[in-house]
Amino acid sequence: MLRIIVCVKQALDVTQIRADPATRRLITTDAPRKISDFDKNALEEAIRLKEKMEAEVTVLTATTEDAKMILREALAMGADKAHLVRDSSFENSDTLATSHILAEAVKKLGGFDLILCGEASVDSYSAQVGPRLAERLNIPQITYARKLGLDGDIVIAERTLEDRYETVKTKMPALVTVTAEMNEPRIPSLMAIMKASKKEIITWSAGDLNISKEKVGETGSAIQVTEVLAPKAERKRVLIKGESAAEVAEELAKALIKEGVVGR
Amino acid sequence: MKAMSQHGEVWVFSENKDLMLELLGKGSELAQKLQTKLAAVLLGRGVEKGAKEFMGYGAQKVYVVDNAMLEKLPSEPCISALTHLVRQYKPEIFLFGSTRRGKEFASRLASRLETGCVPDCTYLSIDSNGRLLMGRVVYGGNAVATQLCRVNPQIATVPSRVFEKPSYKEREGEVIKVDMKLEEPRTEVVEVKEIEAPKVKIEEAKVVVAGGRGLEKKEDFKILEELAETLGGQVAYTRPLCEDRKWFTDWVGLSGHKIKPALYIGCGISGVIQHVAGIRDSKIIVAINKDPEAPIFEIADYKIVGDLYEIIPALAEALKKLLKTG
Repeated sequence: MLRIIVCVKQALDVTQIRADPATRRLITTDAPRKISDFDKNALEEAIRLKEKMEAEVTVLTATTEDAKMILREALAMGADKAHLVRDSSFENSDTLATSHILAEAVKKLGGFDLILCGEASVDSYSAQVGPRLAERLNIPQITYARKLGLDGDIVIAERTLEDRYETVKTKMPALVTVTAEMNEPRIPSLMAIMKASKKEIITWSAGDLNISKEKVGETGSAIQVTEVLAPKAERKRVLIKGESAAEVAEELAKALIKEGVVGR
Repeated sequence: MKAMSQHGEVWVFSENKDLMLELLGKGSELAQKLQTKLAAVLLGRGVEKGAKEFMGYGAQKVYVVDNAMLEKLPSEPCISALTHLVRQYKPEIFLFGSTRRGKEFASRLASRLETGCVPDCTYLSIDSNGRLLMGRVVYGGNAVATQLCRVNPQIATVPSRVFEKPSYKEREGEVIKVDMKLEEPRTEVVEVKEIEAPKVKIEEAKVVVAGGRGLEKKEDFKILEELAETLGGQVAYTRPLCEDRKWFTDWVGLSGHKIKPALYIGCGISGVIQHVAGIRDSKIIVAINKDPEAPIFEIADYKIVGDLYEIIPALAEALKKLLKTG
């Protein structure tokens, strides 16, 4: 049986983040949380593999928050097991620390063939946790995959790079990071959601994984975030009105010429 | 005599030549602030001849690992070479080009060295303690985060066209050839399909006319193309047109191209934050949308509430007329 682990992140819904116009500080506390988009593509692909062959899909997340909602959604989509690694000591963990937590959790899960991650998270978009996790587990990795196939213990993936598609193969156990091009994640049925609500979510603390506090949170992180501010928005916001399309167009054309951004 | 700097060197690496030169420009500025040397890293087969050019663009040293195993830049041999070099020469700052390959190399190197890596930096400077201040866009373009790395090397990746390419000057420098045992590759590339590059890169276009969901049919892009042509610009697309409707393959936005043309005209684009993250740095933003509540109007310099099918042809017409007579 193929054992697949999908790492998911509880991300902020970035479309719902607002900034205080006076201080430019972000208001994130009330922003809704969700499964990071590309992690959903990773999960969808895992479930599709399960539909083709005998496989078990385990979702794993590490956070300081109560991320049961997103794990329930993953279970409703078709994951078999869900593990929440939650500890307040994880606060302000960078990718160095986060990959350590995930690596310890993966080790505790005891054996796997394939780990799938999203190419990056939608909120911080660093694209590092997948590659770092594979490094820590000392397994081969394929990043930015848009297609995925298995042939015995070989995983074959097509990667998207800026100027080429590369078809790459490696031997499992391996880690693959997935782009949005790979699939269209399913929306679980009401029935599946009901069923998932009865499934168990296993919660581990840092202590359960023997993770030292030195290795996580601010002390375990190399990166320190000194400031997060909304960018200055200094746009003119001039509304151009007119009786007809031609009139509006002419006024805009004149404005653009005056700005010096068209012509010559 | 100038006192010896306490600081380790500033290193740069990218497999993308243009990006490498931009990194040399910024790297040179950082190295001067720290009174240390700027070095380029060259990996590959028969690559030493490239060292001279990097010196001309500011590298005082070039570390060369010339090995047949590195020819197509496979991950593990390259990352093991980089790890070896860093452990031996202990640079203080290491900048990578933010290509997908560069980002993978940088994160894996950072993992092996147990240090931090700040990807896609759009701002880099040295703070009062001599540490690298790294700024990057986060939360889908909603914020800029400034970060520090307390471990050396401080690793950052930098996207194309964030920093200027420096000017070229004949200069001497030191080539350091390093030999080492490389790790075997763990993946095998079985096929490569080149993605046909557009004649003009969208990042280079002075004017970009972008279309979104407001376009009803793929053929309707002709209207946008005509306007772009009038302005000597390029047409661009949003992600939904590429991913949902499959009309095109290449979009502008957070996960796609990030552009900063002199003029951006968004047609039938609502302006979700992911798209806005890709256009935010445009000099002038024009938005045309039927919906007066469309979020794109929040970040526009010129707003037109109306039907793009009427406005765009009229705008092309008006510009043709005014530019000819003006």
